[in-house]
Amino acid sequence: MGVELATENAGFSEMEDVIFSDTELVCHVRNALRSATMGHYDGYNQLVGVLHHTEYLTPDEVALLVTSLKALSGAVSCIDSGHHESLLSAIFGMSMWNYGPDVMDALVELIVKLAASSGQYTDSCLDMLVSNFTPPRSFVEFLKKPRRKGQVLYHVHSALQGIANLLPLAPLRLEDAIVHKMPNVYSKEPLIVLYVENMLRLESSAMGAVVGGMMLKAVVDMAIELDVKIEWEDILQDDPKGIFEMELEDEETVDNTQQEGDELRIRESSRGKSFWGSEIAEKLDSLLVLMFEHLKKCNDAGRLIEVFEPLLQSFQTTVMMVYKLKFSQFVMFYACSLDPENCGMRFTNTLADIFMHRASPPNRRMSAVAYLASYLSRAKFLSLSFVAEILKRLVGWCLKYCETWDGDINPTAHKVFYSGCQAIMYVLCFRMRSLMDIPCLKSLLLHMPIEAIFNHPLNPLKVCLPSIVEEFLRQAKAARLFTTVSEQTFLFNNNMVESELSRAFGGSEKLDMFFPFDPCLLKNSDGFIRPNFVYWSMARTSYDDDEEGCSNEDVEDFGGSGENIAAWSSEEHDHHFDDDELDKMSITPKNSFLNSYMFGGDLCGSALRMPSRIRPSSSPESSWCTN
Amino acid sequence: MEGLKVSDAKLVVYVHPSKATKVSQAILRELSSLLFKFSEILDGVVLAYDVSTLSEVAKILPGVHPYFGVRLQAKLLLFHPKADMLLEGKVVKLGQQSIHVIVLGFSSAIIIEEDIREEFKYKVKRGEEVFDSASHKRHKIKVGTTLRFLVKSFDEEILHISGSLVPAHTGSVRWLDKNREDWLHADRSSKKRKKSAEREQMWEHNKPIIDASTLSMNTDQSNKKSKKRRRNEDS
Repeated sequence: MGVELATENAGFSEMEDVIFSDTELVCHVRNALRSATMGHYDGYNQLVGVLHHTEYLTPDEVALLVTSLKALSGAVSCIDSGHHESLLSAIFGMSMWNYGPDVMDALVELIVKLAASSGQYTDSCLDMLVSNFTPPRSFVEFLKKPRRKGQVLYHVHSALQGIANLLPLAPLRLEDAIVHKMPNVYSKEPLIVLYVENMLRLESSAMGAVVGGMMLKAVVDMAIELDVKIEWEDILQDDPKGIFEMELEDEETVDNTQQEGDELRIRESSRGKSFWGSEIAEKLDSLLVLMFEHLKKCNDAGRLIEVFEPLLQSFQTTVMMVYKLKFSQFVMFYACSLDPENCGMRFTNTLADIFMHRASPPNRRMSAVAYLASYLSRAKFLSLSFVAEILKRLVGWCLKYCETWDGDINPTAHKVFYSGCQAIMYVLCFRMRSLMDIPCLKSLLLHMPIEAIFNHPLNPLKVCLPSIVEEFLRQAKAARLFTTVSEQTFLFNNNMVESELSRAFGGSEKLDMFFPFDPCLLKNSDGFIRPNFVYWSMARTSYDDDEEGCSNEDVEDFGGSGENIAAWSSEEHDHHFDDDELDKMSITPKNSFLNSYMFGGDLCGSALRMPSRIRPSSSPESSWCTN
Repeated sequence: MEGLKVSDAKLVVYVHPSKATKVSQAILRELSSLLFKFSEILDGVVLAYDVSTLSEVAKILPGVHPYFGVRLQAKLLLFHPKADMLLEGKVVKLGQQSIHVIVLGFSSAIIIEEDIREEFKYKVKRGEEVFDSASHKRHKIKVGTTLRFLVKSFDEEILHISGSLVPAHTGSVRWLDKNREDWLHADRSSKKRKKSAEREQMWEHNKPIIDASTLSMNTDQSNKKSKKRRRNEDS
């Protein structure tokens, strides 16, 4: 059957024996449809049969399919949901991944016309397009045809836009369809990645104004779902020695391809639960990378602020309230790093406002100030004067609280206050030295009534996390911040991270040990975060230069040549220099195997390698193995 | 244009206690959730509302969550096209088999080939698709034309209208308004004549569609004293 493929012209053209005009084809299909309603199914069944052809189509069959689809587009008004069920299910079951661009074009036209022809088909058409976000079967097959993905996505999204042009309210229905059909956390990683890619593409499209917010929230929700499923224990179940042996091997390899092979070996050696745990981590990693790339694109297009608002909303309602989150919150961190003046400040002010808002539930306030503290300490892109300003606000609030409340230590009753004090101390541990180095900020800091707060009967120094208090006092002493507060009164057991009092104020959610922006351990995501992140090893402390008989002789090296090491350093390689110091500043479990696992051994391997081989270290090599 | 009406309604919105400090915000949010959806109780798609509180005192519901009910008086702009009403919309897509129109910027309408009268012929002129009238040279329908059409049916869920260009008084609004005599003459039958005279009166008013005061003159004003319960969920 010869056909005219391209034009929509109502061709009353030459009637040759072989070529039929478009109108005639449409007529033929209409007749077939009408006869079907009256019980004569021949033409109709033929038509349905053509649509079911998916594999290994010859060019003739492709032409036939294209013609049928085009003819159907002209006959949509004759399609009846009652009599033409099999036809409709054939159409909605078609997947663009199976065909070439010609068929895709024809199918898009048909779907758009069908959606616009009657309200009863709109939802099914939208569902069909959403199903086309991902390929129908094994993904591997389609990886062999890389161009196919680009073509399919282009056609699917242009179809969605086409429908939105004719039915202005369609995007609202589309939103629901997309969220309902999201793959669950147990689906394969490439499927999740591809689906989310589609969602983010919609966000950037013209429809983004309507559906964008919902898309972003749904992606963040999925990230949270994956995040809470990752357990430190899952990975620590592995035989430590086994992994460590792998790690030693990794040290020798530098190039990526080999490294991936080693990762595979590590994964294969893992059993059951921990293997699954690492799959989840990988999915989260890919998801976060997609988000980061999307944010970067939005920033380049100058629309980061638009995208930031729904993210901030989502953060306040979901991310902030889930205390077991490990890495999803870095979406906010990265967004702020792209635009410190607007997004960075907005984020900070939001957190500070939540903390100081009396009507909010206490846990929410504590969570907000924990985020604030971790963010102010770790964000390299924040100006010191801004940090000082926020500190001043916090100190002001704490002082006012002291003046309002009398009475002694009561961890549970004044938990919001204690978390505020701990936040101040935490930020100063990271920033004190830098603040002191700038004269105007130094005087600002010295004028802050911090001492008054710590001397108050509520006694925050006794209640807050001992490791932080100790580090803070050490630095304060070296910087001569206080006159009356003495370090001697607060002698803690060096290995103690928590005390009974701190546990009391932290409560069941352990908000006393909540440092949400501790280093990101997901390999690919970390690459985005690293340039803007302050590692503890990079932070200069106020006692650095004065150090003499310090148990940790290498701290000097870090203090002095901080900049050189900074590019390489990860918190993890501090382990063999000063476990305690490191641990105090991070809740990342001590076990270095977790860290090396997450990094696939390479970064940690090289990190382990560099300082120990370049500098002769007095810490015995065996300290790596023991923990 | 028909199908629009303004209704007065008495409503009660139940507000969650957490929103006690921002009641107006909660009420507006709740009413906004009604927009662009067909409501059976109100008998139409809510397009706009103008709300004021009836009383400063609100009754608190007994129960686990003490919602309190704020009484309101609202003017609602409702859209409910019924069969044989005349509507106007902008043409967004044109094809031999159908014309796609968007009414009031949100409602989609389709007019299929069978419902386009013989007078109009589909042509492609200089790459542009157009429906040309065979009897009246200047009467054209193309993308961007404001079209007046008759309603055949209305899908309340998707807000999709099925329309018709069969009657003589349908077509491009611009041409119809300028050439009233032409299409009036076309309707010779007495019944249609009567209807046309009525319509003529309506066009004389010449006011924009969304002006509520005009509507209250022309269209039915049903003073609906419907009491409606809504729950405002804690967001």
